[in-house]
Amino acid sequence: MDLTVVWAFIIAFAVFAYVVMDGFDLGIGILFPTFNAGRERDRAMNSIAPVWDGNETWLVLGGGGLFAAFPLAYAVILPATYPLIIAMLLGLVFRGVAFEYRWRDPGHQKFWDMAFTGGSFVAALAQGMTLGALLQGIDVVDRAYAGSWWDWLTPYTLLTGLGTVAGYALLGSTWLIWKLDGDEQAHARKLAVRAAVATIALMGAVSLYNITLNAEYAEHWLSAPEIYWVAPVPVVTAIIAISMLRAITRERNSKPFWLAIALFFLGMSGLGVTIWPYVVPPGLTIWDAAAPERSQIFMLVGVAITMPLIIAYTVWAYWVFRGKVADEGYH
Amino acid sequence: MFDNLDALLLARIQFAFTVSFHFFFPAFSIGLASYLAVLEGLWLKTGKSVYLDLFKYWLKIFAIAFAMGVVSGIVMSYQFGTNWSVFSDKAGPVIGPLMAYEVLTAFFLEAGFLGVMLFGMNKVGKKLHFAATLMVALGTFVSAFWILSVNSWMQTPTGYEIGANGQFLPGPSWWDIVFNPSFPYRLVHTVMAAYLTTAFVVGAVGAWHLLKDRANPHARKMFSMAMWMAAIVTPAQIFAGDMHGLNTLEHQPAKVMAMEGHYQSHPEGAPLILFGIPDSEAKTVRYAIEIPKLSSLILKHDLNAPLAGLDTIPDDQEPPVGTVFWSFRVMIGIGFAMLGIGLWSLWGRVRGRLYDMPWLHRAAVLMGPSGFAAVLAGWITTEVGRQPYVIYGVLRTADAASPLDAPAVAASLLAFVLVYFTVFGIGVWYILKLMGKAPHAGEYGVKRGDVGPIRTAGITPGPTQNPGGDETLPTHAPDEKEPV
Repeated sequence: MDLTVVWAFIIAFAVFAYVVMDGFDLGIGILFPTFNAGRERDRAMNSIAPVWDGNETWLVLGGGGLFAAFPLAYAVILPATYPLIIAMLLGLVFRGVAFEYRWRDPGHQKFWDMAFTGGSFVAALAQGMTLGALLQGIDVVDRAYAGSWWDWLTPYTLLTGLGTVAGYALLGSTWLIWKLDGDEQAHARKLAVRAAVATIALMGAVSLYNITLNAEYAEHWLSAPEIYWVAPVPVVTAIIAISMLRAITRERNSKPFWLAIALFFLGMSGLGVTIWPYVVPPGLTIWDAAAPERSQIFMLVGVAITMPLIIAYTVWAYWVFRGKVADEGYH
Repeated sequence: MFDNLDALLLARIQFAFTVSFHFFFPAFSIGLASYLAVLEGLWLKTGKSVYLDLFKYWLKIFAIAFAMGVVSGIVMSYQFGTNWSVFSDKAGPVIGPLMAYEVLTAFFLEAGFLGVMLFGMNKVGKKLHFAATLMVALGTFVSAFWILSVNSWMQTPTGYEIGANGQFLPGPSWWDIVFNPSFPYRLVHTVMAAYLTTAFVVGAVGAWHLLKDRANPHARKMFSMAMWMAAIVTPAQIFAGDMHGLNTLEHQPAKVMAMEGHYQSHPEGAPLILFGIPDSEAKTVRYAIEIPKLSSLILKHDLNAPLAGLDTIPDDQEPPVGTVFWSFRVMIGIGFAMLGIGLWSLWGRVRGRLYDMPWLHRAAVLMGPSGFAAVLAGWITTEVGRQPYVIYGVLRTADAASPLDAPAVAASLLAFVLVYFTVFGIGVWYILKLMGKAPHAGEYGVKRGDVGPIRTAGITPGPTQNPGGDETLPTHAPDEKEPV
């Protein structure tokens, strides 16, 4: 078996896990101002307080894993998207400390709530734009980024950035449908409908734009025999989108959230089909950028041993904090 | 503002700034996580509420410090790629896997159990909660293990090959890479430094409250525990530091020459320069106060052993002497001041007056931040001392940077400086505010307003609703109803 392909899937899994898990955290941050200060916001934030840190760790695995398994890709993508990465990191600084600071300083809680929202929005937008900058292609000469300062800023990257913001808002609002009840759940449901419509529209726009980006992308989707393999993806996506919208508007607990994850899974699978076999289009394939076999094997042993444990105790931590965020002990 | 600085220097300043700021938090949280585990363990073992109160008192502080460590740490994991892309491409196959192991074995462990540690006691029970605390403490240590292995490999690279494309590739044995020659010394020295940093913070907080009320049992307990650490760990740390220095002499002699201020070789025993002003132009230490032959005795255990100086090193391979010389002396000076506190406390303890010595308490308050200063000075010594290399002897720092233009790096550096000083400055202020409150019976855990982070485990008035709660204890003092 080709270890480079295995590693491409491991990194893709880490990115997917990050996008879904920190996606709903960041989405709640983005939607935070629509909740009333006080009990509503407290409940929204407390629904993720015990788990956000673990969720964010997948970003370190995505970045660190890319560094380890595809060092050349890491060394090219990060300088190419420098301002976006710095903005994302600073956004995550504000978002992360707000979890603690807003409780420590009631006098400035509004300020830290704004930092929570601003940080979440900037991080989400920067992540989406980084994805767009990668998909639209990065100039590489002599194992180094060879483009200019502003290559990452195009209408396409803005589209992928906004798509990510909308998608995270969808994940966040469907998570809140699950974790809240009463008026707050009704409010989350309203938000989820809007976020779902925006996400689906932007996903469609990005998908169509992808086909026009370069001939090879179009070939993956539109020529035989590939078309028979990939044609079901948009169809299944449409079915999922419709059932998710139905689930959001009805009285359900976790179903909208799981369907939103399924939507993300299909969207990312679609991106995988588009970009394959490149890690940095248009020049670097996964094999061009891969670490040597000794590095791949060494890390694979680590992943094989630790990943089942990580998943097990992560599931346990979620299980411990299961159920609605409630204040039923409060009389 | 940055017109005269080139992109390389800006990138170096940015890395130095972000990594120095970041390391303050793990230097504190590695020790504090262990301290919390000890406190909870003692509470489970003895059932004495003073330990539970102290656990909750420090847990609030830990939550803030840990959050700052996490967000500043994520920055580090991306700095390699954003600003040191040539280094990342070349060294990725060797150090990338070590850092991946850090994520897999440490970061997930800490983050996965942190939620339960902060909010979960009533959900999972005392024993599982203690297990979660232990996992967080273990995670901080495992994290130190891997990242210090990476740093040590960059200082004393072994077990690698150079590939046709210029990359560093792993050789047949990963053991040779992970356990490179300077790693065991650096690991022991750094972890003990973290323990001491925490001990002196805890000691200062205890001393502060003893100065206000010397009968406070909680302040007494934490002060006493911290002073045991000062008395026992400081001598061990000085010994470990000496061993680390001998290891450096073997593998990075130029660094030791700079630490000692030895511009010239001394064939018949080198003097120990206590103080002086290094002048790299004239290649001499001006106004030197020195003890003849002592340096040879310390480094070679022989008064007359010859010691080579920087005159044996080509100028373009020398580290900047002034910075290394001074930062080393700051670290050593603080180390001996810590030892002084430890011995002073032992003397007080023998006389049975540990809690009745206001001058010791004042000195301990003053020494509260000393661990941070020593840790920073130590890292400056070792990092500046290995210049001009990023991978010692093989890859120069100047050849490792990203192809970025100066204004881009200048802008990001400015952003980091502004955000870090504001955000982390405020965080430190919140921590100081918490430390300013006297620890007391019925101490709260981590507060989350009137609604809990989870069902039935919120901070709600009622003994069973306290996240770190213990039903047998009064958890609600009348003056504690407002969130802190």
